[in-house]
Amino acid sequence: MHLSSGSRGEKLSTLKLTVVQYGILLMMLALATGLWRLQVLGAENFRQLAEQNRVRKVPVLAARGKLFDREGRLLVDNYPSVSCFLVREQNRNVDADLPLIAKGLDLDLEQLRATLRRYRAAPGYQPIPIKQEVTADEQAFIEAHRNELPELETIDEERRLYPRDGFAAHLIGYVGEVSEEMLNDPRYEGYGPGDVVGKAGVEETYDELLRGQDGSRDVIVDSHGREVGYLGVQHATPGQDLKLTIDIDLQRTAELALGDANGAVVAMDPRNGEILALVSHPSYDPNAFAVRINRADWNKLINDPGHPLMNKAIQDQLAPGSTFKIIMAAAGLQEGVAQDMHVNCVGGGTFYGRFFHCDHHHGVLNITQAIPLSCDTFFYTLAQKLGIDTIARYATALGLGSKTGIDLPNEMAGVMPSTQWEMKNFHQRYYAGSTISVGIGQGETQVTPLQLARALGGIASGGHLVRPHVVMPDPNIPADFHKAVLDSFPGSGDVDFPLNPDTWTIITDGMAAATTTGTAAAAHMQGIDFAGKTGTAQVVGSGDTHVKGGAKTPNSWFVGMVPRRNPEIVIAVLQEHGDWGANSARIAAQIVAAYVNKKRMQDHNVLDQAGSGKPVEVGAVWSEPAPSQCRHAGGHQQASVLHAGHFSVDPAPPAEPRSIASSLFPVPSWLGAPTCCHPERAQRVEGSAVRTSVARVGNHEPKSSSLHAPSRPLQFAAAAPVRLGNAQP
Amino acid sequence: MRRFLSFRDFDWTLLAMVLLLCAVSVFEIYSATLHTKYSGYHNKQLFWIAAGLAAMFILAKIDYHWLLDWVSWAYGLCLVALVAVLAVGVPVLHARRWIRIGPMHFQPSEWVKLVLILAVARYFANLGGRRLTWPDIFKAFALVAVPMLLVLKQPDLGTALTYAPILVTGLFLGGINLRQSLVLLVTCTVLVVGVWSSGKMLKPYQKARLSSFLNPDSDPKGTGYQLRQSLIAVGSGGVWGKGAAKGTQTQGDFLPIPHADFIFAAFGEEHGFVGAILVLLLYFFILMRLIQNAQTAADLSGSLIIMGVVAVLTFQIAVNVGMVIGFMPVTGIPLPLMSYGGSSVLFSFLSLGVAMNVRMRRFVN
Repeated sequence: MHLSSGSRGEKLSTLKLTVVQYGILLMMLALATGLWRLQVLGAENFRQLAEQNRVRKVPVLAARGKLFDREGRLLVDNYPSVSCFLVREQNRNVDADLPLIAKGLDLDLEQLRATLRRYRAAPGYQPIPIKQEVTADEQAFIEAHRNELPELETIDEERRLYPRDGFAAHLIGYVGEVSEEMLNDPRYEGYGPGDVVGKAGVEETYDELLRGQDGSRDVIVDSHGREVGYLGVQHATPGQDLKLTIDIDLQRTAELALGDANGAVVAMDPRNGEILALVSHPSYDPNAFAVRINRADWNKLINDPGHPLMNKAIQDQLAPGSTFKIIMAAAGLQEGVAQDMHVNCVGGGTFYGRFFHCDHHHGVLNITQAIPLSCDTFFYTLAQKLGIDTIARYATALGLGSKTGIDLPNEMAGVMPSTQWEMKNFHQRYYAGSTISVGIGQGETQVTPLQLARALGGIASGGHLVRPHVVMPDPNIPADFHKAVLDSFPGSGDVDFPLNPDTWTIITDGMAAATTTGTAAAAHMQGIDFAGKTGTAQVVGSGDTHVKGGAKTPNSWFVGMVPRRNPEIVIAVLQEHGDWGANSARIAAQIVAAYVNKKRMQDHNVLDQAGSGKPVEVGAVWSEPAPSQCRHAGGHQQASVLHAGHFSVDPAPPAEPRSIASSLFPVPSWLGAPTCCHPERAQRVEGSAVRTSVARVGNHEPKSSSLHAPSRPLQFAAAAPVRLGNAQP
Repeated sequence: MRRFLSFRDFDWTLLAMVLLLCAVSVFEIYSATLHTKYSGYHNKQLFWIAAGLAAMFILAKIDYHWLLDWVSWAYGLCLVALVAVLAVGVPVLHARRWIRIGPMHFQPSEWVKLVLILAVARYFANLGGRRLTWPDIFKAFALVAVPMLLVLKQPDLGTALTYAPILVTGLFLGGINLRQSLVLLVTCTVLVVGVWSSGKMLKPYQKARLSSFLNPDSDPKGTGYQLRQSLIAVGSGGVWGKGAAKGTQTQGDFLPIPHADFIFAAFGEEHGFVGAILVLLLYFFILMRLIQNAQTAADLSGSLIIMGVVAVLTFQIAVNVGMVIGFMPVTGIPLPLMSYGGSSVLFSFLSLGVAMNVRMRRFVN
């Protein structure tokens, strides 16, 4: 055997074993200390880490508030959509997956890399939006690759749905992803990267109300990011719906009336400042911004010479031209200078050694003749008598040269020159000769269409100037928010600048004469007390061309109101390079006609007045193309048959009185496309309210703008028309 | 020569403590694998424990002197097996650790541990407690170093390292003096540093694993990840733990292999500081009990065998628990009697069997 027997008797020394025992004890104590450090001292810290490890906050996005028009018709809606996000939390080399992701989601690989690079500095838990409007196919791809691509996540969103073709785009504005500059702005301190924010129009001003409050879901995930359950839900609070002051019908009429001309239309109720219509042309499609706008489209928008992103109604600062004569007249009458002033117009006059032209040889005239005829010579003389500072005092009091305080972003203040202004800006004395040009709204004076509408509406209301606004006063809007809006859009607000009764009666009578016998006679409408003033504002010194749209062609202005005293609606129309102001007057006339007709319809709505239960007898006259000419557009020009009849209408069955009311309102034939053979289609258009009708804005209204008789009594199909006779119109 | 032996001298107290630990192990494996593809492993563990118990009793019956007589052959066989693994082993994850004979898989490096305990005990017992000469020390080194290098070659750093404490304990108890141990210490340090920086003996991933525990956040995606998750698991357990089957790190699949190498982290998460300390205490009592047995052993070789067992167990506990709480690198050394795994359980019970063997013969001489 290998073992020597002697060794068997040997024993280990107790000392050495004790050393081993103490060694083990020491080791155990060390381990216990480690455990103490982790589990007792570090417990809270590690508990949080464990929570973060397993609980992920998945945002539940709030739907933005909807926008309605003044009659509660839907203007801006939301639609559900799925977006795809990339989460870098997991222990993955995401870069290696990018080609597959790009392929599956139909993305450009380089663009995807660029997106990720932009978020490089963002914390790891923050999801990176990589694709909006994920299609069903792409969603299937994400689902099928849950294991290979655990970093992909989808989230349900409510996206903005704006009216098509840029309808009311400048008023509504658009939303987009919050930019880095905005995040640095203290105004946006509550916003995080990736948030959607209103970037123009009502969307921007009322963003805080519209956006609501995002909620979140605390999802329990395992280490692969798979959801294994959830802890709780914090529901999202949807944004507040807003009722705008605009009237879709008027807005539509205004957009169609302006047509392709570059310019703006503002229609306002001068009694309370409610904006009834606000158009700026050219427009843009806000839907393009809802999903991130691509660079090419953006460049196209900002390089367009027509400035589609500019809200010309509140941002276009131009010489007011002859429309300024109303302010001149107000100043002159208030100062007691104009009443007895008689001026002999010989095609102009010499002031300060220079001859100033007038369009015509008006002969001797006083103020009541000078306004409708828009005689320059008269107002040159008046300007000379008043002097620049008196003019400026009145103009400023009537809101020119300062913001109106409308609740839309980036309003422009315009310019009203005065000696003080000249000194401040050019450090020189005011050249008295300039006053003469100012007298007819040229020179340095610059106004926005909205300022003009407000000023002239104010004069016609006896000097009561209002603060324009586009959102209806609503008790649901928090008072402090309302105040914040007022504070952040400071303007002259509601101002009373009392005018002598003589002053504004003379002026309004003069304006009424302008639309009957004066410069805007073409816009005259029988039976409507329409008053207004044209303006043909030169753009570059002299040398006008009268080619519509030409660079030297004057800007065409018109400001009008109905009725002439204490008007309900005041309309300012601007056509850039639109030549004579009378062109704009015709546009205003269409809007006025639409407004008046609508009012008349509403006031005489027999259904509303009859109450329910009783059938109401209604008489009607309508024209209809002869059946054989029904196919083509050419048929419009040919003879149509005039019908008359009366109907028995039962107000009880229809569900919505409102829709009947609006069906009584003239439905222009462009709305229903080929209405002649398809009454049921027209009916559907009527029933589906805004969105469908807005979709039709692209079609053009036929010429007959002043006659707004219903093309057919749409919903009364049940009653048989009694044919009284035929006539060739 | 027949010797009288009785199971009255069997260490029933030790067995009770070991079985208690095994029960904890089975429950924790059950809890940790509840929602994973490993569910049901607690039953397998029960089977291994039963097998281990049987092996322990059988081994306890065989006189350890007889084992010591035959250990040279076993040692030789071990070397052959280790070489065979390198030549014809089944490669799993870049390493050849397993050898297949028919339907059975063997991991010879685990058995080598037991053989080395016996071989080292026999070597130093033969020296009879006299002062060690340098040749004695070199021979002891060679005895351990040959299988160690073969295992390193597989590569299986963790198991190879467990051979070291056997040698260290042998040298210490076998009679090394202070001067010699200092010389050895310096030499080893130089060797280790040399091996580390030469880059030839250790694979990059091994180095990364060994160094990442110093700063787990330096590479949270790679080797530091397991350690980080383990720290979160243990730390978030707090004083009382989250409750059985309620550990979020364990159940959420964040903790790597929570039933095997990281079972102590899983236990620490679900049963907290109190539970962890109780388990450590249990280990402490088991080790103390073993050392007491070593003290009462009939002869030097018996004492050395038990102390070899103590050395291996202590080393594994220290490295495994140390790894779980961030004191030690992630080396893949299982926690004896707790971690799931046939080889590990069998080794633990066999080494306890040898220790029992010695105790049962303490009055026999």
